Amino acid sequence: MEAVFSNFDLVLRAFWVTLQLLVYSALASLVLGTFLAAMRVGPIAVLRRFGSLYVSIVRNTPLLVVFIFIFNALPTLDLFVDTPFLVKGVVALTIYTSAFVCEAIRSGINAVSLGQAEAARAVGLTFTQTMTQVILPQSFRAVVPPLASVLIALAKNTSVAAAFGILEATARMRSLTNDNADQRTGIFICFAIGYIIIVEVMSAGAFSLERRWRVAR
Amino acid sequence: MSTSILFDAPGPRTVARHRLYSIIAYVALAALAAAAVWRMYDTGQFAYDQWEPLLTPAYIEALLVDGLLKTLQMAFLSIVLAVVFGLVFGMGKLSDHSWVSWPCWVVVEFFRAVPLLLLIIFIFFSFGVGDGIGSFWSVVVGLTLYNGAVLAEVFRAGVNAVPRGQSEAAYAIGMRKTQVMNIVLLPQAVKIMLPAIISQCVVALKDTSLGFYILAPGLTAVGRGIWIQFGNQFQVAIVVAALYILANLVLTWIATWAQRKFVGERKPLALATAPQETGE
Repeated sequence: MEAVFSNFDLVLRAFWVTLQLLVYSALASLVLGTFLAAMRVGPIAVLRRFGSLYVSIVRNTPLLVVFIFIFNALPTLDLFVDTPFLVKGVVALTIYTSAFVCEAIRSGINAVSLGQAEAARAVGLTFTQTMTQVILPQSFRAVVPPLASVLIALAKNTSVAAAFGILEATARMRSLTNDNADQRTGIFICFAIGYIIIVEVMSAGAFSLERRWRVAR
Repeated sequence: MSTSILFDAPGPRTVARHRLYSIIAYVALAALAAAAVWRMYDTGQFAYDQWEPLLTPAYIEALLVDGLLKTLQMAFLSIVLAVVFGLVFGMGKLSDHSWVSWPCWVVVEFFRAVPLLLLIIFIFFSFGVGDGIGSFWSVVVGLTLYNGAVLAEVFRAGVNAVPRGQSEAAYAIGMRKTQVMNIVLLPQAVKIMLPAIISQCVVALKDTSLGFYILAPGLTAVGRGIWIQFGNQFQVAIVVAALYILANLVLTWIATWAQRKFVGERKPLALATAPQETGE
């Protein structure tokens, strides 16, 4: 324990990196995931097929292998050679998480009742209007709980970046336990509590959003 | 909602517009693919010597036996142990005695919230190094604790999903608490939970790759050995990813089959399918 408190600035800086990874890749994968979900429910058959191909490939690939692609494989193609590690980490996490965001949003779209879309069509809204004015605002509400668990999983998945030289919380725990082998358990508990705080804050936020946005249905 | 509700059966103008969009999308995707292929060609990724190790029987055997088989072993062992762990703690959480249910709740919530890699690193450097349990078992123990915690939640939800009348009827004919659980609730719950357990196997299989960090055996470790020797990271990554995807697709297919066979058209447990869909 003592090692954690005497190096508290290092611990905080490590968790700051974890938070940066989390926030940047959460925002990026929300955008990309929404885009993919729109492709998957849209009228263009090519894009529908592309969306489901992307999702089924990425969903069945371990995150670590995605990281290997970005950090080890693509540099041999002269891509991501001088990119900062943080950016590469965010790219890998985004590629992986956006597939799950897409699935969460798609399930949210499916949760909006049929009559809503039929009514929107009946008053003559186009596909884009139906989606942006009627379906999506409602599905974002239904989507809060599954999306929250996707983002919580993302928060835990940032730890994989430790295996690729990004000095975030997990990597910092490793180096602290290296220097203070006798306090291993205490250090582990401290870092675990750090992660648990992040996870709990996120699920509390999701819960209050869910309550505020809940609609009578 | 089926997607066809979102847009009408298109008229002639819309058909033309959609055709235009399709063509644009085709061109864009083809351009993307062409750019990728060109980039690979440009950097010599198609050269035979880059692929040669992956076509050599010795390395194929290494990939399949030391890689895939070890990975599957880790996943299998940890799922079996996780089912036991999950049963114990899931039933513990359902206990009427708060001195049983509270510790179980704490343990389950702790292992669910902690990143698996953090857990594996801790286990390996505390118990695995030197004369310890080694990297293989460190991964298995880590996976067991994490998946066991998730399965404990699944079991709890599964038992709660059995209609109340079942346990009431069992109590009414004079069964004890253990009998109600073992004879009436669990057999019905297992049927509901089976697809969830199998889809948790997919999660476990994917997570075995985390052993990469502590040099545990498995697909990623074998892959790293190959690319360190030959410098063909890209080719190895593609093959490793393909093997993982293949194994997971087979598992998913089994899960769907089990769903259809044992659960029928009933809605799957809401919580049960969550882990695979959140990417943990």
